[in-house]
Amino acid sequence: MRLTQGTFSFLPDLSDAQVRAQIEYCLGRGWAVSVEYTDDPHPRNAYWEMYGMPMFDLKDAAGVMAEVDACRKTFPRHYVKVNAFDATAGWESLRLSFIVNRPPVEPHFALEREEGAGRLQRYRLRY
Amino acid sequence: MGKMDRAAPQASERYRAGVMKYAQMGYWDADYVPSDTDVIALFRITPQEGVDPEEAAAAVAGESSTATWTVVWTDRLTACDRYRAKAYRVDPVPGTPGQYFAYIAYDLSLFESGSIANLTASIIGNVFGFKPLKALRLEDMRLPVAYVKTFDGPPTGIVVERERLDKFGRPLLGATVKPKLGLSGKNYGRVVYEALKGGLDFTKDDENTNSQPFMHWRDRFLYCMEAVNRAQAATGEVKGTYLNVTAGTMEDMYERAEFAKELGSAIVMIDLVIGYTAIQSMSKWARRNDMILHLHRAGHSTYTRQKSHGVSFRVISKWMRLAGVDHIHAGTVVGKLEGDPNSVQGFYNVLREEHNPVDLQRGLFFEQDWAGLRKVMPVASGGIHAGQMHQLLHYLGEDVVLQFGGGTIGHPMGVAAGATANRVALEAMVLARNEGRDIWNEGPQILEQAARGCTPLKAALDTWKDVTFDYASTDTPDFVPTATPA
Repeated sequence: MRLTQGTFSFLPDLSDAQVRAQIEYCLGRGWAVSVEYTDDPHPRNAYWEMYGMPMFDLKDAAGVMAEVDACRKTFPRHYVKVNAFDATAGWESLRLSFIVNRPPVEPHFALEREEGAGRLQRYRLRY
Repeated sequence: MGKMDRAAPQASERYRAGVMKYAQMGYWDADYVPSDTDVIALFRITPQEGVDPEEAAAAVAGESSTATWTVVWTDRLTACDRYRAKAYRVDPVPGTPGQYFAYIAYDLSLFESGSIANLTASIIGNVFGFKPLKALRLEDMRLPVAYVKTFDGPPTGIVVERERLDKFGRPLLGATVKPKLGLSGKNYGRVVYEALKGGLDFTKDDENTNSQPFMHWRDRFLYCMEAVNRAQAATGEVKGTYLNVTAGTMEDMYERAEFAKELGSAIVMIDLVIGYTAIQSMSKWARRNDMILHLHRAGHSTYTRQKSHGVSFRVISKWMRLAGVDHIHAGTVVGKLEGDPNSVQGFYNVLREEHNPVDLQRGLFFEQDWAGLRKVMPVASGGIHAGQMHQLLHYLGEDVVLQFGGGTIGHPMGVAAGATANRVALEAMVLARNEGRDIWNEGPQILEQAARGCTPLKAALDTWKDVTFDYASTDTPDFVPTATPA
């Protein structure tokens, strides 16, 4: 199963040049880029592990790419994503978030059901 | 009318029983300077022959505040000068003889806190049928911060919705299930499942999908949530379907909303025709239950479309941001429904910005400070398809739900393929835009290139490439362009 979280999951995996172009777009808008990874891609897992702090003061795409690569090398079998954070008043959240590394075999989610009264189903997603 | 007519009469004269011009009664004051806390309304007035525009404006001010057709001595038991709305400016509408823009200021104490019903009962209550006017249109309003702060606003808002759905950096994608009437619950859920699995973020009930003989609401909700959960498992992505809880009574709506909550839905939907108070009640319910609230603007074109009479959709947008909805249909520009590009961008700015500057080109007559009120996600729906993706992104930006109903379900390879085509087209366009490409001009090539790796997108482009809805808009801003120095 191809996990379709993130801004560009329906496109072929981005090349390094494409990733770098997106990072340049984010830095150009004054957003802070950060790298996160996980082996638990449940859609409600809000907190992937942070690979270091958001790079608030780094304005150079090459520097950010080095962090992305370091994370991918350290966790080659994890999902890795690049986030861009915008601290502007009234937003103060992510502006872009896309996957840059996937495990060689992506997990499948199984849907468990529990019957309730009145045809009600309780659903649970698990690997 | 002459200056003499407008001179303030002595109090004893002013309150003598009989009929008097509205301007003389104190509803016209060319020297009035609105205070920061006044509500200001801008009306387009078309006076009857022989009625001068200042008197017509004064009549609108009078009939939308304290006046009746004749003098009443009981005014003198009140601080009536304060409670009278004041028409203070009348401008001819550029290029439209016989029509005028009238500016009217209302004291804040005329309005109940946090009540759209009360605000509208004054501003559009009686006055639209007033005989001395041929036609009347409420074009825009300035809502003072003091009044804005009495409303709760959207229960979720754009930023929190994105965080809750974990979707950033691109418009959201939706589709309305078609045919909107006649499907059984089980077949209806099939469309939802296919569309969400194929790549959409949302599917949607239509405005009149409520509880009919062919599909009762509980059946629809159960099958739809099965589809949502199956699609989430198939993609690992958060999905939703707008369950329309519109019904004949508030009791029924609450019952349906509670069931949607029990089933774990992230979003419920209501129609504009349920009325302002019902909308505010559902907004409170949504806030209490962490539910995204989608509003379909069913019925609005009866009063928003014609320029001479009614209420502009930019005003409805302002009221709905106050009333507190998270989504509202606000036009597509390129689709099958009414939508001049400038007017539509004006609506979008009202819904999405922190602060609106005066922008006559987009129909915004007033500066509007939203005082931190959350932002409403506009929804673009009606006759749009993947081949227009560059135009949609150009006109509407990123914080919008693009809803391709026919453009998903009508795909020659099936519903899931239709959804995939839209998602691929969207992501390819955002990627290209972020890379600095000129999507307005290169859009078709960008789509063609993306279609080389995506058969469903190629089929979508082949099927709909020549479909456009190129008709003149009826609702366009009237303004005189200001020459900008070269």
